Amino acid sequence: MNVLGIHIAIELIQIVVAVVVFLAFIGVNVLVLVLMERKVAGRFQRRPGPFEVGPHGSMQTLADAVKMMAKELLTPGGADKILFWAAPIITFAPVVVCFMPVPFGPKYLTGWEVNLGVVLILAFSGLGVFGICLAGWSSNNKYSLVGAARAVAQSVAYEIPLLLAVLAVAFQVGSLNLSEITAGQGSWPWQWNVVIQPLAFFIFFVSALGETNRAPFDLPEAESELTAGFHTEYSGMGFGVFFMAEYAAMVVVCSVGAVLFLGGWNGPLVNGPWWFLAKVYGLLFVMMWLRWTFPRVRFDQLLNINWKWLTPLALLNLLIVALVVKLV
Amino acid sequence: MDRASAGLFGEVRKTLTGLWSLVVGLGVTGNQFYRRAVTVHYPRQTVDNLATFRGPTELIPSDKDPMASKCILCGMCAQTCPSGCIEILSHQEEEAEAEEPKAQIQTEAGADSEKKAPPKKKKKIKVMDAYHLKFHLCSLCGQCVQVCPVDALRFCQDVYLAGFSRSDFEFDLLAKLRAKATRSA
Repeated sequence: MNVLGIHIAIELIQIVVAVVVFLAFIGVNVLVLVLMERKVAGRFQRRPGPFEVGPHGSMQTLADAVKMMAKELLTPGGADKILFWAAPIITFAPVVVCFMPVPFGPKYLTGWEVNLGVVLILAFSGLGVFGICLAGWSSNNKYSLVGAARAVAQSVAYEIPLLLAVLAVAFQVGSLNLSEITAGQGSWPWQWNVVIQPLAFFIFFVSALGETNRAPFDLPEAESELTAGFHTEYSGMGFGVFFMAEYAAMVVVCSVGAVLFLGGWNGPLVNGPWWFLAKVYGLLFVMMWLRWTFPRVRFDQLLNINWKWLTPLALLNLLIVALVVKLV
Repeated sequence: MDRASAGLFGEVRKTLTGLWSLVVGLGVTGNQFYRRAVTVHYPRQTVDNLATFRGPTELIPSDKDPMASKCILCGMCAQTCPSGCIEILSHQEEEAEAEEPKAQIQTEAGADSEKKAPPKKKKKIKVMDAYHLKFHLCSLCGQCVQVCPVDALRFCQDVYLAGFSRSDFEFDLLAKLRAKATRSA
Protein backbone atom coordinates (compact mmCIF):
# COMPACT_ATOMS: atom_id res chain seq x y z
CA MET A 1 0.00 0.00 0.00
CA ASN A 2 1.41 3.34 -0.89
CA VAL A 3 1.41 6.18 1.62
CA LEU A 4 -1.22 8.17 -0.22
CA GLY A 5 -3.64 5.25 -0.11
CA ILE A 6 -3.18 4.90 3.65
CA HIS A 7 -3.72 8.61 4.17
CA ILE A 8 -6.88 8.53 2.13
CA ALA A 9 -8.14 5.49 4.02
CA ILE A 10 -7.46 7.10 7.39
CA GLU A 11 -9.22 10.28 6.33
CA LEU A 12 -12.22 8.32 5.04
CA ILE A 13 -12.51 6.43 8.32
CA GLN A 14 -12.24 9.71 10.20
CA ILE A 15 -15.04 11.19 8.10
CA VAL A 16 -17.29 8.17 8.63
CA VAL A 17 -16.70 8.21 12.38
CA ALA A 18 -17.37 11.94 12.47
CA VAL A 19 -20.63 11.50 10.53
CA VAL A 20 -21.82 8.84 12.96
CA VAL A 21 -20.90 10.98 15.96
CA PHE A 22 -22.70 13.96 14.48
CA LEU A 23 -25.79 11.90 13.72
CA ALA A 24 -25.90 10.98 17.41
CA PHE A 25 -25.22 14.59 18.37
CA ILE A 26 -28.07 15.78 16.17
CA GLY A 27 -30.37 13.14 17.63
CA VAL A 28 -29.66 14.16 21.20
CA ASN A 29 -29.82 17.82 20.31
CA VAL A 30 -33.20 17.50 18.65
CA LEU A 31 -34.54 15.68 21.72
CA VAL A 32 -33.29 18.44 23.98
CA LEU A 33 -34.19 21.33 21.69
CA VAL A 34 -37.78 20.34 21.07
CA LEU A 35 -38.34 20.10 24.81
CA MET A 36 -36.43 23.34 25.38
CA GLU A 37 -38.56 25.11 22.80
CA ARG A 38 -41.78 23.95 24.45
CA LYS A 39 -40.60 24.75 27.96
CA VAL A 40 -39.28 28.16 26.92
CA ALA A 41 -42.50 28.87 25.03
CA GLY A 42 -44.40 27.95 28.17
CA ARG A 43 -42.30 30.23 30.36
CA PHE A 44 -42.75 33.17 28.00
CA GLN A 45 -46.48 32.53 28.12
CA ARG A 46 -46.46 32.26 31.94
CA ARG A 47 -47.34 28.56 32.01
CA PRO A 48 -45.38 25.39 32.93
CA GLY A 49 -44.99 23.71 29.53
CA PRO A 50 -44.91 19.89 29.24
CA PHE A 51 -44.85 18.45 32.76
CA GLU A 52 -46.32 14.96 32.93
CA VAL A 53 -44.09 12.68 30.87
CA GLY A 54 -40.95 12.08 32.90
CA PRO A 55 -39.71 14.42 35.64
CA HIS A 56 -40.81 17.92 34.69
CA GLY A 57 -41.70 16.72 31.20
CA SER A 58 -38.16 15.68 30.21
CA MET A 59 -39.27 12.52 28.40
CA GLN A 60 -41.83 14.38 26.28
CA THR A 61 -39.83 14.41 23.06
CA LEU A 62 -39.03 10.73 23.41
CA ALA A 63 -42.73 9.98 23.75
CA ASP A 64 -43.41 12.14 20.70
CA ALA A 65 -40.75 10.32 18.72
CA VAL A 66 -42.27 6.94 19.63
CA LYS A 67 -45.70 8.23 18.63
CA MET A 68 -44.36 9.44 15.31
CA MET A 69 -42.65 6.15 14.58
CA ALA A 70 -45.86 4.28 15.29
CA LYS A 71 -47.86 6.21 12.71
CA GLU A 72 -48.67 4.89 9.30
CA LEU A 73 -46.55 6.25 6.46
CA LEU A 74 -49.14 7.47 3.99
CA THR A 75 -48.31 8.36 0.41
CA PRO A 76 -50.98 10.61 -1.07
CA GLY A 77 -52.71 9.38 -4.22
CA GLY A 78 -51.13 10.84 -7.33
CA ALA A 79 -47.91 11.69 -5.56
CA ASP A 80 -44.58 10.82 -7.08
CA LYS A 81 -43.60 8.02 -4.71
CA ILE A 82 -39.84 8.15 -5.23
CA LEU A 83 -39.53 11.91 -4.95
CA PHE A 84 -42.03 12.05 -2.09
CA TRP A 85 -39.96 9.80 0.14
CA ALA A 86 -36.60 11.08 -1.12
CA ALA A 87 -37.46 14.64 -0.13
CA PRO A 88 -37.12 14.31 3.67
CA ILE A 89 -33.85 12.44 3.26
CA ILE A 90 -32.46 15.03 0.84
CA THR A 91 -33.43 17.75 3.32
CA PHE A 92 -31.88 16.02 6.32
CA ALA A 93 -28.68 14.49 4.93
CA PRO A 94 -26.67 17.65 4.08
CA VAL A 95 -27.16 19.07 7.56
CA VAL A 96 -25.00 16.33 9.07
CA VAL A 97 -22.12 17.26 6.79
CA CYS A 98 -22.42 20.91 7.83
CA PHE A 99 -21.18 20.02 11.31
CA MET A 100 -17.89 18.64 10.03
CA PRO A 101 -15.74 21.76 9.74
CA VAL A 102 -17.02 23.31 12.97
CA PRO A 103 -14.40 23.33 15.74
CA PHE A 104 -16.03 22.21 18.97
CA GLY A 105 -12.90 22.55 21.05
CA PRO A 106 -9.20 23.45 20.91
CA LYS A 107 -7.26 20.47 19.62
CA TYR A 108 -8.92 17.44 18.05
CA LEU A 109 -12.57 18.28 18.47
CA THR A 110 -13.25 19.09 14.84
CA GLY A 111 -15.00 16.56 12.64
CA TRP A 112 -12.83 17.19 9.62
CA GLU A 113 -10.35 20.03 9.18
CA VAL A 114 -11.38 21.72 5.96
CA ASN A 115 -9.62 24.77 4.59
CA LEU A 116 -12.85 25.85 2.91
CA GLY A 117 -15.08 25.16 5.91
CA VAL A 118 -17.27 28.21 5.37
CA VAL A 119 -17.91 27.39 1.72
CA LEU A 120 -18.71 23.77 2.57
CA ILE A 121 -21.36 24.82 5.09
CA LEU A 122 -22.96 27.30 2.74
CA ALA A 123 -22.98 24.83 -0.12
CA PHE A 124 -24.59 22.04 1.85
CA SER A 125 -27.24 24.29 3.35
CA GLY A 126 -28.21 25.13 -0.20
CA LEU A 127 -28.93 21.45 -0.81
CA GLY A 128 -31.55 21.46 1.89
CA VAL A 129 -33.60 23.89 -0.17
CA PHE A 130 -33.73 21.32 -2.93
CA GLY A 131 -35.39 18.82 -0.60
CA ILE A 132 -38.11 21.32 0.28
CA CYS A 133 -38.75 21.97 -3.39
CA LEU A 134 -39.14 18.23 -4.05
CA ALA A 135 -41.45 17.82 -1.06
CA GLY A 136 -43.80 20.52 -2.27
CA TRP A 137 -43.86 19.31 -5.85
CA SER A 138 -44.27 15.60 -5.23
CA SER A 139 -47.09 15.96 -2.70
CA ASN A 140 -49.70 16.53 -5.40
CA ASN A 141 -51.25 19.21 -3.19
CA LYS A 142 -51.63 22.87 -4.09
CA TYR A 143 -51.02 24.07 -0.55
CA SER A 144 -47.78 22.15 -0.37
CA LEU A 145 -46.71 23.54 -3.72
CA VAL A 146 -47.37 27.13 -2.72
CA GLY A 147 -45.67 26.54 0.63
CA ALA A 148 -42.66 25.00 -1.06
CA ALA A 149 -42.42 27.82 -3.61
CA ARG A 150 -42.45 30.34 -0.77
CA ALA A 151 -39.90 28.39 1.22
CA VAL A 152 -37.53 28.09 -1.72
CA ALA A 153 -37.82 31.78 -2.56
CA GLN A 154 -37.16 32.67 1.05
CA SER A 155 -34.20 30.34 1.54
CA VAL A 156 -32.51 31.32 -1.68
CA ALA A 157 -33.03 35.01 -0.96
CA TYR A 158 -31.65 34.88 2.57
CA GLU A 159 -28.55 32.95 1.55
CA ILE A 160 -27.12 36.11 0.00
CA PRO A 161 -26.82 38.38 3.04
CA LEU A 162 -25.76 35.30 5.03
CA LEU A 163 -22.93 34.69 2.60
CA LEU A 164 -21.93 38.35 2.50
CA ALA A 165 -21.83 38.66 6.29
CA VAL A 166 -19.73 35.51 6.55
CA LEU A 167 -17.45 36.77 3.78
CA ALA A 168 -16.87 39.99 5.70
CA VAL A 169 -15.46 37.98 8.61
CA ALA A 170 -13.44 35.82 6.23
CA PHE A 171 -11.92 38.98 4.69
CA GLN A 172 -11.01 40.28 8.09
CA VAL A 173 -9.38 37.05 9.24
CA GLY A 174 -7.94 36.14 5.86
CA SER A 175 -9.07 32.53 5.91
CA LEU A 176 -12.14 30.38 5.29
CA ASN A 177 -11.01 27.78 7.82
CA LEU A 178 -13.25 27.87 10.88
CA SER A 179 -10.51 26.73 13.25
CA GLU A 180 -8.30 29.62 12.18
CA ILE A 181 -11.16 32.09 12.60
CA THR A 182 -11.71 30.77 16.13
CA ALA A 183 -8.02 30.92 16.96
CA GLY A 184 -7.91 34.54 15.83
CA GLN A 185 -10.29 35.58 18.60
CA GLY A 186 -9.38 36.02 22.24
CA SER A 187 -10.89 34.70 25.43
CA TRP A 188 -12.72 37.77 26.59
CA PRO A 189 -15.92 39.13 25.01
CA TRP A 190 -14.31 42.34 23.88
CA GLN A 191 -11.84 40.33 21.82
CA TRP A 192 -14.49 38.58 19.78
CA ASN A 193 -15.41 39.46 16.20
CA VAL A 194 -18.84 40.73 17.20
CA VAL A 195 -17.19 43.83 18.67
CA ILE A 196 -15.35 44.54 15.42
CA GLN A 197 -18.29 43.77 13.11
CA PRO A 198 -21.60 44.10 14.98
CA LEU A 199 -23.51 44.89 11.79
CA ALA A 200 -22.28 41.68 10.19
CA PHE A 201 -23.43 39.72 13.24
CA PHE A 202 -26.85 41.31 13.10
CA ILE A 203 -27.19 40.60 9.38
CA PHE A 204 -25.92 37.05 9.89
CA PHE A 205 -28.42 36.34 12.65
CA VAL A 206 -31.42 37.75 10.80
CA SER A 207 -30.43 35.87 7.63
CA ALA A 208 -30.02 32.72 9.67
CA LEU A 209 -33.59 33.12 10.92
CA GLY A 210 -34.76 33.51 7.34
CA GLU A 211 -32.67 30.62 6.12
CA THR A 212 -33.94 28.13 8.68
CA ASN A 213 -37.59 29.24 8.35
CA ARG A 214 -37.73 30.37 11.96
CA ALA A 215 -40.18 32.96 13.21
CA PRO A 216 -40.78 35.70 12.44
CA PHE A 217 -39.91 34.36 8.98
CA ASP A 218 -41.72 31.04 9.29
CA LEU A 219 -44.34 31.61 6.61
CA PRO A 220 -43.56 28.33 4.79
CA GLU A 221 -44.67 26.46 7.88
CA ALA A 222 -47.33 28.94 8.85
CA GLU A 223 -49.41 26.52 10.83
CA SER A 224 -52.49 28.63 10.76
CA GLU A 225 -52.29 29.69 7.15
CA LEU A 226 -51.04 27.02 4.80
CA THR A 227 -52.17 24.02 6.85
CA ALA A 228 -48.57 22.92 7.23
CA GLY A 229 -46.90 24.28 4.13
CA PHE A 230 -44.62 21.96 2.23
CA HIS A 231 -44.83 19.12 4.75
CA THR A 232 -48.65 18.96 4.83
CA GLU A 233 -48.86 15.50 3.31
CA TYR A 234 -46.17 13.88 5.41
CA SER A 235 -47.23 11.69 8.31
CA GLY A 236 -45.31 10.10 11.14
CA MET A 237 -41.60 9.82 10.61
CA GLY A 238 -41.65 11.71 7.29
CA PHE A 239 -42.65 14.80 9.20
CA GLY A 240 -40.27 13.79 11.97
CA VAL A 241 -37.33 13.89 9.57
CA PHE A 242 -38.27 17.39 8.36
CA PHE A 243 -38.59 18.48 11.94
CA MET A 244 -35.18 17.06 12.78
CA ALA A 245 -33.69 18.76 9.73
CA GLU A 246 -35.08 22.10 10.82
CA TYR A 247 -33.72 21.86 14.35
CA ALA A 248 -30.37 20.52 13.12
CA ALA A 249 -30.12 23.46 10.69
CA MET A 250 -30.82 25.80 13.61
CA VAL A 251 -27.94 24.26 15.53
CA VAL A 252 -25.67 24.57 12.47
CA VAL A 253 -26.31 28.28 11.98
CA CYS A 254 -25.95 28.97 15.70
CA SER A 255 -22.66 27.04 15.72
CA VAL A 256 -21.38 28.99 12.73
CA GLY A 257 -22.47 32.23 14.37
CA ALA A 258 -20.75 31.27 17.60
CA VAL A 259 -17.53 30.40 15.77
CA LEU A 260 -17.46 33.41 13.47
CA PHE A 261 -18.63 36.14 15.82
CA LEU A 262 -18.64 34.97 19.43
CA GLY A 263 -15.21 33.39 19.73
CA GLY A 264 -16.09 29.72 19.30
CA TRP A 265 -14.54 27.66 22.10
CA ASN A 266 -12.73 30.66 23.59
CA GLY A 267 -13.98 31.75 26.96
CA PRO A 268 -13.02 33.83 30.01
CA LEU A 269 -11.22 31.42 32.32
CA VAL A 270 -10.62 28.07 30.66
CA ASN A 271 -11.01 27.59 26.91
CA GLY A 272 -12.94 24.51 25.95
CA PRO A 273 -15.96 22.91 24.27
CA TRP A 274 -18.18 23.96 27.20
CA TRP A 275 -17.92 27.61 26.15
CA PHE A 276 -18.79 26.66 22.58
CA LEU A 277 -21.88 24.74 23.66
CA ALA A 278 -22.91 27.53 26.02
CA LYS A 279 -22.75 30.04 23.19
CA VAL A 280 -24.65 27.77 20.79
CA TYR A 281 -27.43 27.23 23.32
CA GLY A 282 -27.46 30.91 24.14
CA LEU A 283 -28.02 31.77 20.49
CA LEU A 284 -30.69 29.07 20.26
CA PHE A 285 -32.44 30.59 23.27
CA VAL A 286 -32.38 33.99 21.55
CA MET A 287 -33.93 32.37 18.45
CA MET A 288 -36.73 30.99 20.59
CA TRP A 289 -37.13 34.33 22.34
CA LEU A 290 -37.60 36.00 18.96
CA ARG A 291 -40.08 33.37 17.89
CA TRP A 292 -42.32 33.90 20.89
CA THR A 293 -42.15 37.68 20.74
CA PHE A 294 -42.73 38.76 17.17
CA PRO A 295 -45.66 38.20 14.82
CA ARG A 296 -45.02 36.58 11.49
CA VAL A 297 -44.08 38.87 8.60
CA ARG A 298 -46.01 38.83 5.37
CA PHE A 299 -44.31 37.24 2.42
CA ASP A 300 -43.70 40.47 0.54
CA GLN A 301 -42.38 42.11 3.71
CA LEU A 302 -40.09 39.12 4.17
CA LEU A 303 -38.55 39.48 0.75
CA ASN A 304 -38.44 43.28 1.04
CA ILE A 305 -36.46 43.05 4.25
CA ASN A 306 -33.99 40.86 2.43
CA TRP A 307 -33.58 42.66 -0.88
CA LYS A 308 -34.04 46.25 0.28
CA TRP A 309 -32.31 46.22 3.63
CA LEU A 310 -30.17 43.21 4.43
CA THR A 311 -28.43 42.76 1.07
CA PRO A 312 -27.44 46.43 0.57
CA LEU A 313 -26.29 46.66 4.18
CA ALA A 314 -24.31 43.45 3.84
CA LEU A 315 -22.68 44.75 0.64
CA LEU A 316 -21.87 48.03 2.33
CA ASN A 317 -20.36 46.20 5.28
CA LEU A 318 -18.28 44.04 2.97
CA LEU A 319 -17.06 47.09 1.09
CA ILE A 320 -16.00 48.84 4.27
CA VAL A 321 -14.24 45.74 5.57
CA ALA A 322 -12.47 45.23 2.27
CA LEU A 323 -11.29 48.85 2.25
CA VAL A 324 -10.10 48.69 5.84
CA VAL A 325 -8.30 45.39 5.30
CA LYS A 326 -6.64 46.70 2.18
CA LEU A 327 -5.56 50.00 3.61
CA VAL A 328 -4.59 48.94 7.13
CA MET B 1 -46.14 62.46 5.43
CA ASP B 2 -44.20 65.19 7.19
CA ARG B 3 -40.75 66.30 6.12
CA ALA B 4 -39.05 64.30 8.84
CA SER B 5 -40.19 60.99 7.40
CA ALA B 6 -39.69 61.77 3.72
CA GLY B 7 -36.76 60.72 1.63
CA LEU B 8 -33.90 58.38 2.42
CA PHE B 9 -33.18 59.77 5.87
CA GLY B 10 -36.86 59.46 6.67
CA GLU B 11 -36.75 55.81 5.70
CA VAL B 12 -33.67 55.22 7.80
CA ARG B 13 -35.20 56.98 10.77
CA LYS B 14 -38.41 54.96 10.44
CA THR B 15 -36.39 51.76 10.26
CA LEU B 16 -34.34 52.63 13.32
CA THR B 17 -37.46 53.53 15.28
CA GLY B 18 -38.97 50.24 14.16
CA LEU B 19 -35.91 48.31 15.23
CA TRP B 20 -35.96 49.97 18.62
CA SER B 21 -39.61 48.99 19.06
CA LEU B 22 -38.59 45.40 18.36
CA VAL B 23 -36.01 45.59 21.14
CA VAL B 24 -38.65 47.00 23.50
CA GLY B 25 -40.89 44.09 22.57
CA LEU B 26 -38.10 41.66 23.40
CA GLY B 27 -37.78 43.37 26.75
CA VAL B 28 -41.48 42.88 27.43
CA THR B 29 -41.33 39.15 26.70
CA GLY B 30 -38.05 38.78 28.51
CA ASN B 31 -39.64 40.30 31.57
CA GLN B 32 -42.47 37.78 31.40
CA PHE B 33 -39.96 34.95 31.31
CA TYR B 34 -38.94 35.49 34.91
CA ARG B 35 -42.39 35.86 36.38
CA ARG B 36 -44.39 33.13 38.04
CA ALA B 37 -46.86 31.13 35.97
CA VAL B 38 -50.41 32.44 36.05
CA THR B 39 -52.02 29.11 35.33
CA VAL B 40 -53.25 26.78 38.06
CA HIS B 41 -51.25 23.58 37.75
CA TYR B 42 -54.01 20.96 37.76
CA PRO B 43 -54.10 18.59 39.59
CA ARG B 44 -51.25 19.66 41.84
CA GLN B 45 -52.96 22.93 42.70
CA THR B 46 -56.63 23.63 43.26
CA VAL B 47 -58.81 26.65 42.60
CA ASP B 48 -60.89 28.25 45.34
CA ASN B 49 -63.79 29.84 43.46
CA LEU B 50 -65.94 26.84 42.74
CA ALA B 51 -69.29 28.06 44.07
CA THR B 52 -70.74 28.68 40.63
CA PHE B 53 -69.12 25.72 38.88
CA ARG B 54 -71.55 23.47 37.04
CA GLY B 55 -70.52 19.88 37.54
CA PRO B 56 -72.85 16.91 37.07
CA THR B 57 -76.25 17.15 38.78
CA GLU B 58 -76.79 15.52 42.15
CA LEU B 59 -79.84 14.76 44.28
CA ILE B 60 -80.34 16.86 47.38
CA PRO B 61 -80.95 14.68 50.46
CA SER B 62 -84.28 15.16 52.16
CA ASP B 63 -84.35 16.78 55.58
CA LYS B 64 -85.94 13.80 57.26
CA ASP B 65 -83.82 10.97 55.90
CA PRO B 66 -80.33 11.60 54.48
CA MET B 67 -80.51 8.31 52.59
CA ALA B 68 -83.50 9.51 50.58
CA SER B 69 -83.81 12.47 48.28
CA LYS B 70 -86.44 15.20 48.09
CA CYS B 71 -87.49 13.83 44.72
CA ILE B 72 -91.22 13.13 44.35
CA LEU B 73 -90.72 11.13 41.13
CA CYS B 74 -92.83 13.40 38.99
CA GLY B 75 -90.54 12.75 36.00
CA MET B 76 -90.41 16.44 34.94
CA CYS B 77 -86.60 16.45 34.77
CA ALA B 78 -86.50 13.43 32.48
CA GLN B 79 -89.26 14.92 30.34
CA THR B 80 -87.66 18.32 29.97
CA CYS B 81 -84.07 17.21 29.40
CA PRO B 82 -83.22 18.16 25.79
CA SER B 83 -80.45 15.56 25.56
CA GLY B 84 -82.49 12.70 26.98
CA CYS B 85 -79.86 11.71 29.51
CA ILE B 86 -82.07 11.16 32.57
CA GLU B 87 -83.82 7.87 33.29
CA ILE B 88 -85.60 7.28 36.58
CA LEU B 89 -86.54 3.83 37.75
CA SER B 90 -89.16 3.43 40.45
CA HIS B 91 -91.81 1.09 41.74
CA GLN B 92 -95.05 1.49 43.64
CA GLU B 93 -95.45 0.49 47.19
CA GLU B 94 -98.31 0.66 49.65
CA GLU B 95 -97.70 3.11 52.35
CA ALA B 96 -97.46 1.52 55.77
CA GLU B 97 -100.62 2.20 57.88
CA ALA B 98 -100.45 5.07 60.25
CA GLU B 99 -100.16 3.88 63.82
CA GLU B 100 -102.11 6.62 65.62
CA PRO B 101 -105.84 6.41 65.13
CA LYS B 102 -107.61 9.43 63.86
CA ALA B 103 -109.22 11.72 66.46
CA GLN B 104 -112.31 10.11 67.84
CA ILE B 105 -115.52 11.80 67.00
CA GLN B 106 -117.11 12.82 70.29
CA THR B 107 -120.86 12.74 70.22
CA GLU B 108 -123.20 14.09 72.78
CA ALA B 109 -125.81 11.46 72.32
CA GLY B 110 -124.79 8.00 71.36
CA ALA B 111 -126.89 8.34 68.22
CA ASP B 112 -123.98 8.58 65.78
CA SER B 113 -121.87 5.99 67.43
CA GLU B 114 -123.22 3.47 65.09
CA LYS B 115 -121.64 5.21 62.18
CA LYS B 116 -118.34 3.57 61.52
CA ALA B 117 -115.38 5.47 60.17
CA PRO B 118 -114.92 4.70 56.48
CA PRO B 119 -112.23 2.11 55.86
CA LYS B 120 -108.85 3.78 55.31
CA LYS B 121 -107.61 3.59 51.72
CA LYS B 122 -104.11 2.20 51.56
CA LYS B 123 -102.06 4.91 49.84
CA LYS B 124 -99.80 3.87 46.98
CA ILE B 125 -96.53 5.72 46.89
CA LYS B 126 -93.71 5.66 44.46
CA VAL B 127 -90.28 4.67 45.65
CA MET B 128 -87.15 5.45 43.68
CA ASP B 129 -84.92 2.55 42.65
CA ALA B 130 -82.34 4.40 40.65
CA TYR B 131 -81.72 7.75 38.97
CA HIS B 132 -79.59 7.13 35.91
CA LEU B 133 -77.73 10.12 34.49
CA LYS B 134 -75.74 9.76 31.27
CA PHE B 135 -73.37 12.63 31.90
CA HIS B 136 -71.59 12.18 28.57
CA LEU B 137 -74.79 13.38 26.89
CA CYS B 138 -75.51 16.18 29.34
CA SER B 139 -75.14 19.74 28.08
CA LEU B 140 -75.30 21.31 31.57
CA CYS B 141 -78.23 23.47 30.44
CA GLY B 142 -79.81 23.33 33.91
CA GLN B 143 -83.38 22.67 32.73
CA CYS B 144 -83.70 19.73 35.10
CA VAL B 145 -82.58 21.82 38.07
CA GLN B 146 -84.87 24.67 37.09
CA VAL B 147 -88.02 22.63 36.43
CA CYS B 148 -87.95 20.42 39.52
CA PRO B 149 -91.01 21.40 41.61
CA VAL B 150 -89.39 20.45 44.92
CA ASP B 151 -85.83 21.63 44.11
CA ALA B 152 -84.39 18.17 44.49
CA LEU B 153 -81.54 18.67 42.02
CA ARG B 154 -78.47 20.86 42.10
CA PHE B 155 -75.11 21.05 40.36
CA CYS B 156 -72.17 19.59 42.21
CA GLN B 157 -68.74 21.23 42.24
CA ASP B 158 -66.67 18.26 41.14
CA VAL B 159 -63.99 19.88 38.95
CA TYR B 160 -61.61 16.94 39.00
CA LEU B 161 -63.95 14.51 37.27
CA ALA B 162 -61.91 12.43 34.82
CA GLY B 163 -62.26 8.98 33.36
CA PHE B 164 -60.98 6.68 30.68
CA SER B 165 -64.17 5.41 29.12
CA ARG B 166 -67.74 6.45 28.42
CA SER B 167 -69.12 4.22 31.16
CA ASP B 168 -67.12 6.21 33.72
CA PHE B 169 -69.60 9.03 33.09
CA GLU B 170 -72.86 7.13 33.59
CA PHE B 171 -73.94 7.85 37.13
CA ASP B 172 -76.66 6.56 39.44
CA LEU B 173 -77.43 9.63 41.48
CA LEU B 174 -79.38 7.72 44.15
CA ALA B 175 -76.48 5.39 44.76
CA LYS B 176 -74.14 8.39 44.97
CA LEU B 177 -76.45 10.09 47.47
CA ARG B 178 -76.57 6.98 49.63
CA ALA B 179 -72.81 6.52 49.46
CA LYS B 180 -72.30 10.11 50.51
CA ALA B 181 -74.77 9.70 53.40
CA THR B 182 -73.05 6.52 54.55
CA ARG B 183 -69.63 8.21 54.36
CA SER B 184 -70.67 11.19 56.41
CA ALA B 185 -72.62 9.13 58.94
